[in-house]
Amino acid sequence: MSFPWAKQYTPSHPFMKWMDERLPLPRLVFNAVGSGYEVPRNLNYFWNFGFLAGLCLVLQIVTGIVMAMHYASNTAVAFDSVEMTVRDVNWGWLMRYAHANGASAFFVVIYIHIFRGFYFGSYKAPREMVWLLGVVIFLLMMATAFMGYVLPWGQMSFWGAKVITGLFGAIPLVGEPLQQWLLGGFAPDNAALNRFFSLHYLLPFVILGVVILHIWALHIPGSSNPTGVEVKSESDTVPFYPYYVAKDGWAIGVFAILYCAMVFFFPNALGHPDNYIPANPMSTPAHIVPEWYFWPFYAILRAFTQDFFFIPAKLMGVLAMFGAILVWFFLPWLDKSPVRSGTYRPLYKKFFFFGLLPAMAVLFYCGGAPAAEPFVMLSQLAALYYFAHFLIIIPIVSAIEKPKPLPFSITESVLGSDEGAALAPAAH
Amino acid sequence: MARILSILVGLFFTVALAWSFGKGAYTQITEPPAATAEHEFHLHPKEVSHSFDGPFGRYDNQQLQRGFQIYKEVCSACHSLSHVAFRDLKAIGYSDAEVKAIAKGFQVPGIDPATGEANTRPGLPTDYFPKPFANDIAARAANNNAVPPDLSLMTKARHEGTAYVYSLITGYQEQPAELLKEFPDAKTPNGLHYNPYFANLNLAMAPPLTAEGQVTYADGTKATVDQMAQDVSAFLTWTAEPKLDKRKQTGWAVLGFLLFATILGYMSYRNIWAGKKH
Repeated sequence: MSFPWAKQYTPSHPFMKWMDERLPLPRLVFNAVGSGYEVPRNLNYFWNFGFLAGLCLVLQIVTGIVMAMHYASNTAVAFDSVEMTVRDVNWGWLMRYAHANGASAFFVVIYIHIFRGFYFGSYKAPREMVWLLGVVIFLLMMATAFMGYVLPWGQMSFWGAKVITGLFGAIPLVGEPLQQWLLGGFAPDNAALNRFFSLHYLLPFVILGVVILHIWALHIPGSSNPTGVEVKSESDTVPFYPYYVAKDGWAIGVFAILYCAMVFFFPNALGHPDNYIPANPMSTPAHIVPEWYFWPFYAILRAFTQDFFFIPAKLMGVLAMFGAILVWFFLPWLDKSPVRSGTYRPLYKKFFFFGLLPAMAVLFYCGGAPAAEPFVMLSQLAALYYFAHFLIIIPIVSAIEKPKPLPFSITESVLGSDEGAALAPAAH
Repeated sequence: MARILSILVGLFFTVALAWSFGKGAYTQITEPPAATAEHEFHLHPKEVSHSFDGPFGRYDNQQLQRGFQIYKEVCSACHSLSHVAFRDLKAIGYSDAEVKAIAKGFQVPGIDPATGEANTRPGLPTDYFPKPFANDIAARAANNNAVPPDLSLMTKARHEGTAYVYSLITGYQEQPAELLKEFPDAKTPNGLHYNPYFANLNLAMAPPLTAEGQVTYADGTKATVDQMAQDVSAFLTWTAEPKLDKRKQTGWAVLGFLLFATILGYMSYRNIWAGKKH
């Protein structure tokens, strides 16, 4: 779908006409990220992160394919094959650091992208499907990143794999057989490493597929915007090309500078030193911690220290850890407020800035800290707020809140008045 | 209906968390966790500066060669360096002939061409540094039941690795009297050595660098214990991160290009959006 004023693709060169009649790929690109896609004119810089996330995915696939050319998924040589890549392969060190830090960059971008969605209500009708597919992408990313971290077969690789696959053991009745089936053995070993490599190579392409669906679903209603007011007339939008190509273009530059500063000057800052020790099933590290982007959910997992009635603490932790993300799936139906943007929702805004963000910050911090006090108690309070926020506060707030008056249109919010739209017919 | 369900699920998790929190807080008050000697006496690595610190820092080959000499004459008796080949030493300023001579000085595992029996032969530049022990069991037997770890990646396998290696080597001391007063059971066992920079305070490795002049440096630098510890920790930083110089050099070129491209990008953004309020 597109707005009626969107430019039409009109090939002028005979070859392009010939092509358009047979395989209208240029038309698709024109309508998706070219002049044919009309976008609200008032997007702020938080709207650059979708494009950046796509860039990160491509970056990870390209560097990952090169890494896979030199990697050997066998427990006897996996660690050495990565070291060999870094030491003896031309620019191998760059590929490795670009890939490892690329995962971190991807998650930084995606967390900002998701929290943009929370604040500006991007999950609301008619964009529920965009949101649901986005949560699916996030889950796939987590699985991919987890398995990727296992591949170098360092100490944290091994023990991370052991802890995370051990979570399946908490499921009643089928837990233990399920865990053994997933690992292909009683503990992470060659069978597990091989299948993790296979899946780590496969899943990014699954992600790519879901990303295409995500963008497709987005293009049906078109992009949301910081006011949350739907597009009404031609003066509300600008074509993606050249306007947002230019804006994304220079945002890529800023992103690339920060990312390259990490890759070239602090390549190991986000990694754990223990992963430079080859995996040793006989020696448990003092603190087993996952990569930083899992910390909030790891903190939630560890926050459940007591059995709850007949449910063992470990199972509660596993339920909560997965539940913490699954709850995002229900968000479009939990938040019934007709107003999208947090800017016009005084109560929601307060809970977002003084509740959700601090709680996430505490969970991030505690997830990376040792499982000792005061970190466990802090993460219990933060996790408590986290669940209360999504499951109790949002439904109640959306029922009782009195939103601020919305601007009549996007144009009015930008220019202060909107003469055109009052006369023009509505877009939908 | 959806709201009621959601609030019920929310209560399930929050009450369970409040229960965990309450029990945890109660235990914390009634039975505060006992302090441990490790917690109170373990020290962070010392502050030490090297030529390769910071975004402009580069290796000092002279220092790396001195550090290599320490590794060769002291550490290599017990510690392997399995990811480093003799040919790699060219990167720290040795010539082809010197690398050949260094390799020849090491006996590496080989096969007798006449009988097929395992034997040893002088090393070649393509060989990797040989391991001092045939396997972990032999290493344990010779080292008071501790396996001397491989050193190739040591400075990346510890927090602040370069400073850690330096601090560990220079950090041996008598066990403090306060420690024994507070934790009478924590006396350093026989055969171990007290070192506050080591995670559990007691280290199987005996102090490796004990006397000034233990090594006679080829370049005439005075071999104080402090100097030797700095040099060997610099060398081990190189073994862990041999591409550091090239990485930083490339990094500045990349950042320079990106800065230029980003400024151009920003200018075209301003140009395209000129006159379009947003």
